[in-house]
Amino acid sequence: MALLPVKFDLKKRVKLAQTVWFMYWFAVLAGVLVLSMGLFFKIELRKRSELMDNNESHFLPNLLILMGLIACSINVFGGKVCYDSLDPDKFAKWKPMLKTYLVFCVGFNALLLVTAVLCFLMRIPMQFTLAEGLRNGMRYYKDTDTPGRCYMKRTLDLMQIEFRCCGNDNYRDWFEIQWVSNRYLDFSSKEVKDRIGSNVDGQYLMDGVPFSCCNPSSPRPCIQAQMTNNTAHYSYDHYTEDLNVWKRGCRDALLSYYGGMMNTIGALVILVTMLEASVTVGMQYVHSSLCNLANPEDPESESEGWLLEKTVKETFTDIMDKMKSMGKGIKVEEGEPAVETVS
Amino acid sequence: MLLKITFTQQRRVRLAQGLWLMSWLAVMSGAFIFCLGVYLKTELLRRAEVMDNTEIHMVPNILMMVGLVSIGTNWVATRVCQDSLDASRFPRWKLLLMAWFAVAMLLCCLLLAVVVLSYALQGRLEESLKVGLRNGIRFYKDTDVPGRCFQKETIDRLQMEFRCCGNNNFKDWFEVQWVSNRYLDFTSKDVKDRIRSNVDGRYLLDGVPFSCCNPASPRPCLQYHLTDNSAHYSYDYQAEELNLYSRGCRQALTDYYMEMMNSTGPGVLSVILIQMSVLVSLRYLQTAVEGATALEDPEGESVGYLLEKGVKETFEDVKANVLDILKFAQVDPSAAEGSPGAEDAEKPADNTTEKRWEGGGCVSAFFCFGCVSWVVASRAPFGF
Repeated sequence: MALLPVKFDLKKRVKLAQTVWFMYWFAVLAGVLVLSMGLFFKIELRKRSELMDNNESHFLPNLLILMGLIACSINVFGGKVCYDSLDPDKFAKWKPMLKTYLVFCVGFNALLLVTAVLCFLMRIPMQFTLAEGLRNGMRYYKDTDTPGRCYMKRTLDLMQIEFRCCGNDNYRDWFEIQWVSNRYLDFSSKEVKDRIGSNVDGQYLMDGVPFSCCNPSSPRPCIQAQMTNNTAHYSYDHYTEDLNVWKRGCRDALLSYYGGMMNTIGALVILVTMLEASVTVGMQYVHSSLCNLANPEDPESESEGWLLEKTVKETFTDIMDKMKSMGKGIKVEEGEPAVETVS
Repeated sequence: MLLKITFTQQRRVRLAQGLWLMSWLAVMSGAFIFCLGVYLKTELLRRAEVMDNTEIHMVPNILMMVGLVSIGTNWVATRVCQDSLDASRFPRWKLLLMAWFAVAMLLCCLLLAVVVLSYALQGRLEESLKVGLRNGIRFYKDTDVPGRCFQKETIDRLQMEFRCCGNNNFKDWFEVQWVSNRYLDFTSKDVKDRIRSNVDGRYLLDGVPFSCCNPASPRPCLQYHLTDNSAHYSYDYQAEELNLYSRGCRQALTDYYMEMMNSTGPGVLSVILIQMSVLVSLRYLQTAVEGATALEDPEGESVGYLLEKGVKETFEDVKANVLDILKFAQVDPSAAEGSPGAEDAEKPADNTTEKRWEGGGCVSAFFCFGCVSWVVASRAPFGF
């Protein structure tokens, strides 16, 4: 008993082949889309690799690029086979390969689905990478004279301006590190000596933030220095002031940016998987309908197409038996020379 | 005849097919011109708050109008091409074609005018930006005044995005009170000193807003006491280059818009070329097909030309036709009484009607070109 059998006459077969050929071209475009999404994601990760401590995992974009390339090639091949399926001579040369091709397609579709799930799960490792990278980035903010780190200040400033965020979790992260380089500190001044003496590591800590934390929507000119001191500024209350600097932390901001990107890519990959599954089903019908012509000599006769030759259970047991016999075959081969010598 | 070419039936067919394709290409380029106009207009509207007048909007407005008209005109050309090889359907396009040529010439002239205008209006754009930015800087502190409360945010975002500071340079901020009185402690000595130090009683300081800060500077941004070398460690006001953005916002915005309009220059010029080639080819097709229909054997050779007579003679003809049209309006009331003679006069009248269309088309084209040149000349005192 075949699974989901459908009767086909010549006209229906031709229509099916044309539809599936058309769908294969859409599938090629979908493969190109997956490839370009992988490239885009890779470039975005590269752009901010400094903030992720050059430690970010490129596994997902590489996988997307590979999937895109494979999708393009198998869909082009499938399209060609569909195009030739209307001509019995041309189709005869593709016939033997089709079964393995279809099995490969099914495996590829499963892999695509796994990729889509991975897209949604990548958020978790990214969170840790970002936290680590931003913490180090802020530590190196002042090292504009150290080769290899001299661009960290500009990168962080531009990122805080672009993503409208300040610090790692919030702006107080800047209070805990020295972000003013020693080159610009007057060590003979009393104030500097006090601040340096006030903590164990001898760092110049201040309750101020860089200018890139400032919020342009604030009605008052930005207050960057002495933020916790209410008397230092007229009509200023540190606890109720909420428009002065950005309230969001940069880790959250970057995570929601990349998370949104990955969610979109994941959704698109799921759609591509559905398209690929439907072309595989279509191809299976084309293949089965052309293989079981009622009258093998007459290419215009009726035929029956199906999804699986037997029911799901029987196909499964068939596959298990095949695998078992393959395993036994290896064992028997090893045992045979011994049997011969005995007899 | 001006620039005549002989056409066999096959060549005519080829010309019609090639022209059909080229007309569709011209439709695409018309759509491209329209989109270009829309893009320019959107970009100008985005920064409308720092511009004082809207004269520069003429460029995108003309582009949008030309784009739309060009789509329609070239679509008509494709219909003419399709009908040109069918002897029964072609004659109905006869009168329309004269008007078509006039409109196509007008479109090319307008596109040329746009290219010229985009250079000529640079001076006006700078003036408009100068006044707009000056107002923006003056109203920076008025975040509690309705209608001006967004100036601070607009100017801050502008300075950060275009990497500029002030109108001409950062010193513009020294001359304006950009800190609102709401945040000034009038009992403090420093505030009282500063307010008394100038005639208008404004709180002026040698400092700039945070949006002037340059992220590429190796040192944390110095915003206040900029002219006081002793206020900051290891700081020399004259030698410091990277601390703030050195460019003025007027210069930055003018450069931005000029670059945008310059980069559209080659595109517009190529669209002019496409339109001119469609015009010339359609003229050849029209004359060749008309010549062929006049022959005994419609499939034989015919001659296509640009102008029936030389340039000078055509000009004389057009002049005569224009005078005719002006007289026609006067002669008409008396013509109705001469009806018996009207039938004899009908046949040559057909010819003259056609010539009148031709003359009218040319006249309107020249008139419009004159208008456009006048507009350009009157609007561009600074450009040239």
